[in-house]
Amino acid sequence: MNKFEKKATRQSYGEELVCLGRINSNVVVLDADLSGATKTNLFAKKFPERFFDIGIAEQDMMGTAAGMATCGKIPFVSTFAVFACGRAYDQIRNSICYPKLNVKICATHAGITVGEDGATHQMLEDINMMRALPNMTVISTSDDVQTKWAVEEIAKIEGPVYLRLARLSTPIIYNEKQKFEIGKAVQFGDGNIATVFATGVTVAEALKAKEELEKEDIHIRVVDMHTIKPIDEEIIVKSAKETKRLITVEDHNIIGGLGTAVSDVLSDKYPKKLTRLGIRDVFGKSGNATELMKYFEIDSKAIIDEIKNNI
Amino acid sequence: MKINNVSELKKIANDVRIGIIEEVYNAQSGHPGGALSVADILTVLYFNEMNIDEKNPDMQNRDRLVLSKGHASPALYSVLANKGFFSKEELKTFRKIDSNLQGHPDKNKVKGVDMTTGSLGQGLSAANGMALAGKLDKLNYRVYCILGDGELEEGQVWEAAMTSHHYKLDNLCVIVDNNNLQIDGKVEEVMNIYPIADKFKSFGFETIQIDGHNITQIIEAFGKAKKVKDRPTAIIAKTVKGKGVSYMENQAGWHGKAPNEDEYKRAINELKNLI
Repeated sequence: MNKFEKKATRQSYGEELVCLGRINSNVVVLDADLSGATKTNLFAKKFPERFFDIGIAEQDMMGTAAGMATCGKIPFVSTFAVFACGRAYDQIRNSICYPKLNVKICATHAGITVGEDGATHQMLEDINMMRALPNMTVISTSDDVQTKWAVEEIAKIEGPVYLRLARLSTPIIYNEKQKFEIGKAVQFGDGNIATVFATGVTVAEALKAKEELEKEDIHIRVVDMHTIKPIDEEIIVKSAKETKRLITVEDHNIIGGLGTAVSDVLSDKYPKKLTRLGIRDVFGKSGNATELMKYFEIDSKAIIDEIKNNI
Repeated sequence: MKINNVSELKKIANDVRIGIIEEVYNAQSGHPGGALSVADILTVLYFNEMNIDEKNPDMQNRDRLVLSKGHASPALYSVLANKGFFSKEELKTFRKIDSNLQGHPDKNKVKGVDMTTGSLGQGLSAANGMALAGKLDKLNYRVYCILGDGELEEGQVWEAAMTSHHYKLDNLCVIVDNNNLQIDGKVEEVMNIYPIADKFKSFGFETIQIDGHNITQIIEAFGKAKKVKDRPTAIIAKTVKGKGVSYMENQAGWHGKAPNEDEYKRAINELKNLI
């Protein structure tokens, strides 16, 4: 992990869209008046004829993307996660997922790390809603390298995808040579005290915790669950067998998110106690993103405390 | 093959209505009222107006139709069967467990269905997407979108109407099936959506008002719409819910109800006598 270089996954998304636009002329991009924040404005500048601002009308945007997909286009649709999934849920369900259309919903500003805008803009239920939809692939990336891979990769698969992106700049975790695969998580370390499953912005926090704990000779492993659906069952069962404790940490409600997805697998395949760190079924609030991660106990300190207090 | 003869089109529309009754009766479920009201419009579209080929249903440059009022599926299925996309016999499987003919249209199950619909208010957005893709690909196909009048109460319709106008979608033609009834009663009593034409006009549409059961007027309206440049067209078609079956006409109760055996026989008899 690079401690000095940070980038928000929304920025990586915007940059990679431009590369994708160059190699694939079927890629079109739609936004709902937030292209500066979602970074789709980078694509808009390069390919204005393939960029469609639909205005502040998320439901219409999803439907328009669905119609374009029926004609062979690959629409990348962006707005804040709260508006993409919340405002336009029925459109995603009935116009995109049920007909299995090739629409990529790339939602930025997920979670409490939105910060100062507060609860109305902090989407904490999106993983829950999106993973419950048949035909949907759900991806939640943790850094620049992984996000760029994901943007390129999801254009290759046929069918709807939800890509969860963040506003907050977070450390670059991977080097350019790292290989990823949809549905295959990435494991860091092989300590047996605990496995910390993280996704999105919490992966860097889990890795920080791992490093700190190592100084005290406490060895854990971290698993970057970049794909929430289809989930990597194998690594969950393996971790359950090989480590004493299982912990999930996410910038999402503990109901329905990564913690629930992992516990679904455990209850089916290898019953074992799981501790879920996340937003405990409350709405978010205004504040600085880093302060909020501390407040809601999803930062490295919360992970360290959880492990040290229960050894 | 394009059919221009009005009496021949009338006969086909009547066959389409017989198909609708067969579907809903055999399923003992479905929406006959709003299917019968849109039967003439759909017949003209598929037998006279649209560039489609039942032998090549995925043809890239085909005209497209989005039946946004997806509950009128019996009408769409009956038109497609009459056109030869699939056998008329299959109509009897409508809404049954092993059937491709789902309660609301599923584009992945039925050849000739261009968009999956059912949740009201979503079709015009999809039609816009198809029209935008056509412009982008420099293809000259046209996109038709049929909305119910009650459906106009959905806010997304007006979001989409803004998009149709903003992107100058002159390859798009909206048809409003103005049968004046929705489940709970008359549209103006449930939630007044009038004046419809003025609303579309103010959203930047060319508007044409017709009798939605007059074959000649329907053909002429589509002809006019094709000549409009730089903006979309909305045809407001005044129709009768349940048209063609005397006891169903103008009855909100026949929105989503199947006829019993006696009613079925009466309906088929009435329709056959019209030919």
